[in-house]
Amino acid sequence: MWLYEKKLQYPVRVSGPDPRMAKYVITQYGGPEGELSAALRYLNMRYSMPTDKAKGALTDIGTEEMAHMELVATLVYKLLDGASIEDIKAADAGGYFAEHDKALYWINSSGVPWAAAYVSATGDPIADMHENLAAEQKARAVYENLIKLTDDPQVKDVLRFLRQREVVHFQRFGEVLMDLQGP
Amino acid sequence: MDNSCYQLLFKIQQLSFTALELNLYLDTHPNDQQTLTMYNKVHRDLMRAVQEYEKYYGPLVNFGYSPASQNYWKWIEGPWPWEINY
Repeated sequence: MWLYEKKLQYPVRVSGPDPRMAKYVITQYGGPEGELSAALRYLNMRYSMPTDKAKGALTDIGTEEMAHMELVATLVYKLLDGASIEDIKAADAGGYFAEHDKALYWINSSGVPWAAAYVSATGDPIADMHENLAAEQKARAVYENLIKLTDDPQVKDVLRFLRQREVVHFQRFGEVLMDLQGP
Repeated sequence: MDNSCYQLLFKIQQLSFTALELNLYLDTHPNDQQTLTMYNKVHRDLMRAVQEYEKYYGPLVNFGYSPASQNYWKWIEGPWPWEINY
């Protein structure tokens, strides 16, 4: 069971509409290293984990990733809010607009739709926990790339928060892995 | 949304982030007494801030975890989280 808290985990601010940045950032909504992939990867993996520590960490980090999906969605929503058709065409975001207007959709920054193949589950706890460690590092790298792609200090601020969370998750999953491997 | 609403919401965001971070740490360090004490303190501060917020601005959590303190169902009333201009 999940509850909805009517608040964002972290305030999302933008200086103004920027459909070009929206096109880049959306990869953390529906791309391979995005927050949907992360949430589903962790919550789905709980069922084949042998230890209480692993089940607990995957439940809580998977839940936090759902909150991150909401942060990225809000960022895309705000970057598109107030953008004119001319802005959208100038940002080469007309292809997205043609199919979705300003609705959100799970795609990467090149327009490829989300696929379950982004998520892995082998049933081997050691292999799966290594998968999570790699996923956190890849997500961190993508956030660093995104930070380089914007000059908006407010957009950078929320991207930095999300980047930092990947570092903490990597740390926690590392501790779960050490526990799984035993003394 | 008025200024004091944002301030209370920001305080809740800070406290619940602290609680989340301690929660993740406890997941892998379940016997850390100092962190358990910190978690319980943050829990109390968070519950106080949430109660104060809900008195004025309506339920923060759905499905029975927040009271309906107004004489109408304020839960559905905006701005929704993605609509707030901080």
